[in-house]
Amino acid sequence: MSHAEGGNSESHADLPVAARVRRLEERVVAAGLTTDADLDAYLTKFLERASPMNGARLVARAWTDPAFRERMLADGNSAAAELGVGSADPARQGFQLRVVENTATVHNVVVCTLCSCYPLALLGPSPSWYKSHAYRARVVREPRVVLAEFGLELPEELEIAVWDSNSEARYMVLPRRPDGTADLDDEALTRLVTREGLIGTALV
Amino acid sequence: MPDPRAALPQAQDQPSSAAFTLGDRVRVRAVDPEHHTRVPRYVRGQLGEIVHSHGAAPLPDDRARGIEPPRVETVHVVRFAARDLWGVGDHTVAVDLWESYLEPC
Repeated sequence: MSHAEGGNSESHADLPVAARVRRLEERVVAAGLTTDADLDAYLTKFLERASPMNGARLVARAWTDPAFRERMLADGNSAAAELGVGSADPARQGFQLRVVENTATVHNVVVCTLCSCYPLALLGPSPSWYKSHAYRARVVREPRVVLAEFGLELPEELEIAVWDSNSEARYMVLPRRPDGTADLDDEALTRLVTREGLIGTALV
Repeated sequence: MPDPRAALPQAQDQPSSAAFTLGDRVRVRAVDPEHHTRVPRYVRGQLGEIVHSHGAAPLPDDRARGIEPPRVETVHVVRFAARDLWGVGDHTVAVDLWESYLEPC
């Protein structure tokens, strides 16, 4: 979920930073500052809240409320806070959220070529392919071919914009609203949005 | 031609305020430092355009080396044409780059 220093290994568990985190955990537990159970409980609670439903709610609201869409494209963190799925303060959220919008002429897709950065709180745990060397190396070089392998064949005239999450900012795609959904409410629209749609490897 | 293995600018060389703005054409410094950096090899030396700025963040190169306090710099989103990066392709690739990683062109 975050950039490891010098990290370029397929398995995060093998990285030097992972060993440092384990050692730090041992030290704070030994010092009586926390317990393994507390750390596990915190992680469980965080992961329970981290779900693509959060990103989907942002998308559904943006589809039905043009003013919200404008606010979300200008400041993703504030938009997430408005719907109660994040903090307006990037420092509290842990990242600055940047939402990129699919249009009639541009399709967006997100990657982290350095490791596997991703807005976990809004998209849930990342798919294993997102962390694979193959996806990370190829989607910046030949996104049209990679997307076709995901079953997404885009028309030649549609421009593809790839976003490499190289800093502490995290990207989320705002997919296009599907045709024939004019009479659906926010809740029904939310159910249409998938994790892959929020990464850009699928349409909604 | 500068030495491609040259180091990135150091603290004393740095301007204190944001040197680049939206729409600027910039070149990524062709550096190959021995320490951790967030300049992906595939954009080193390449020309791109600033399409957004995220605000300021500590420079990872300084943090990885334990330099206290690390420089805090604007992170720019720089968009490159695939054809420039790979010789082929009609897409664009945007990369988040700290100010030290860029030079005007």
